[in-house]
Amino acid sequence: MKTRHAGMVAALGVLMTACEAPDRFGGTRSVPSSGADALFASFDAGEPAVPAHAPSRFGFGAEASAARIAAWDIDVRPDGAGLPAGRGSVAQGKVVYETWCVACHGPTGTEGPNDRLVNTSPWELAPTSQAIGNYWPYATTLFDYIRKAMPQATPGILSPDQVYAVIAYLLWMNEIVPDDAVMDAETLPAVIMPARDRFVPDDRIGGSGPVR
Amino acid sequence: MSREEGSKLSRRAWITTTSGVIAAGLVKTQADAVRLVAQEAPTSGPAVDPTRVPGRIVSELGIRAPGEQPRRLLRGEALSSSSRTPLADLMGTITPSDLHFERHHAGIPDIGFDDHELLVHGMVERPTVFRMRDLERFPQVSRIQFLECSGNGGGVYSRDRMPTEITVQALDGLLSTSEWTGVPVATILREVGVRPGASWILAEGSDSAVMSRSVPLDKVMEDSLLAYGQNGERLRPEQGYPLRLFNPGYEGNTSVKWLRRIEVTDRPTHTRDETSKYTDPLGDGTVRQFSLVMDAKSVITFPSYPFVLPEPGWWEVRGLAWSGRGRITRVEVSADGGRSWVDAALQGPILPRSTVRFRHLFEWGGRDTILLSRATDETGYVQPTVQQLWDARGQRTSYHQNHQRAWKIARTGEVTFGLGELV
Ligand code: HEC
Repeated sequence: MKTRHAGMVAALGVLMTACEAPDRFGGTRSVPSSGADALFASFDAGEPAVPAHAPSRFGFGAEASAARIAAWDIDVRPDGAGLPAGRGSVAQGKVVYETWCVACHGPTGTEGPNDRLVNTSPWELAPTSQAIGNYWPYATTLFDYIRKAMPQATPGILSPDQVYAVIAYLLWMNEIVPDDAVMDAETLPAVIMPARDRFVPDDRIGGSGPVR
Repeated sequence: MSREEGSKLSRRAWITTTSGVIAAGLVKTQADAVRLVAQEAPTSGPAVDPTRVPGRIVSELGIRAPGEQPRRLLRGEALSSSSRTPLADLMGTITPSDLHFERHHAGIPDIGFDDHELLVHGMVERPTVFRMRDLERFPQVSRIQFLECSGNGGGVYSRDRMPTEITVQALDGLLSTSEWTGVPVATILREVGVRPGASWILAEGSDSAVMSRSVPLDKVMEDSLLAYGQNGERLRPEQGYPLRLFNPGYEGNTSVKWLRRIEVTDRPTHTRDETSKYTDPLGDGTVRQFSLVMDAKSVITFPSYPFVLPEPGWWEVRGLAWSGRGRITRVEVSADGGRSWVDAALQGPILPRSTVRFRHLFEWGGRDTILLSRATDETGYVQPTVQQLWDARGQRTSYHQNHQRAWKIARTGEVTFGLGELV
């Protein structure tokens, strides 16, 4: 399991409280203390996934070393879990953006040719589009996504400092942080995105009730 | 075209021509129809009488008949793009693997079978790395199930975007059905031991977008597969070779391809593809998130644009119905724009979370006709009208558009997408 960046909780104070609460999308049912076996019976409407005489463990596969896990465990969650050390400012981010991003996302993040990254007017005002400023619920998702997937032609090329910096710049362009903002493992999860509270769980349930 | 010419034409269409271009059967595309109309007499007779010359010998790998070259429809040539299954060219329910729709966010990686590894970690007792040979050694399961992108049909939802000249491939071709083979996720989680308190997993791909989705633990324990086989062979590269997650009945994006990592967690990760994308902005200003299940839906594949019915008379309406919530129990067809409905015949076996072929024989009288289909699943859910979806959701979202589709047959026999006429 991912651990939080040391010192983060202490430093975040009041802004962090929202993220501390259990996730609104928490599991539909969590594994009981007897572990996975208790849920196991449900596989494919009664069809057992393994025969009754199967061993409790097969022992196939190799133990994953801590180093191995650390190398691949690169996702970042809204509570900041998974964020690496490093930091970057809006000014540094402008340089990163203009070097690595501008060709596909445009000088002000609105021109394309690829996804629009800046929009500060509400998405429901047609015609407009959904972008970081008016739609993304969590700023941490920017780290998760940019580190993994951007720049599209050379993903993985940016250092953690550069990713923090370009995020600071994107948040500044979207009028979410001031121009002296610095992003790091403590400040990024504390950013409250304008659209965060618009996100609601799926209420479609099938059946003959009202169409949702 | 007169009635008489029409029947002559259609009779000819049913006679096997040996030119190798027009196979026996229905007039399948507008091009075929045009070709038939243009050919008062076949210009090329049989070049060789196949009963008089020996045929070709056996081969190591079969190919399609030269006259049968169905193709996927590409959205564009970008790294993040899609291609659609030619639904109107297919029969039954299984999609040939080379015509299964594609949706990649950063192209198709080249991964060797022996190089690929799956890391399972997080809230587990024994974090483990599995090679493909390990995964294949676990007890195996095969199931026939559909996969549909939740963006399927997004092109015909908004009132301002109701095209008439759209094929069923362009409309709903982000749908395919395969027999998937693999090891249940439940078996692997049993192997590594899930810790108390876990409630979600994060599934992550090994493509250059490192595409990631959160999936409820309940779901993957219920029926998800770590799939390595498709329609009797190993996965195609564009379907995630050598390993993908397969979540039956869920929106396609969650069935992460080129799967390299599963992290067991106690909350969703809120990745880009479950926040910025694959979420549903609703009319009341809220955004529906983790709208994972694909609700019941049906679509008529014949007749559909650009077919041209060469003559009035008996025609069989054919289509596909499916539900992410279980089995299809009923499909109805309307030939009067939704005023009256009749039950279509369902071709068994009717499998849960799979496509079902439906058919309805009807006599087309030669008048303007609007055909519709609507599916009902075992939960009692009835495929809604587009108006019902607009009322419930507004017109902003481009995902989960499972509303009833309509095709209009004009007096000329030309078939166009007909929903715009009904709303
Ligand atoms: C070669 C072109 C290219 C470059 C360079 C590029 N991007 Fe992108 N970017 C894309 C494409 C294409 C997408 C959409 C991908 C998809 O939908 O799967 C995208 C999507 C994004 C998104 C998600 C947008 C949304 O609202 O969902 C963000 C954020 C982003 N890029 C940030 C960046 C940053 C930061 C850089 C520079 C470090 C960068 N990109 C460089 C092509 C590019």
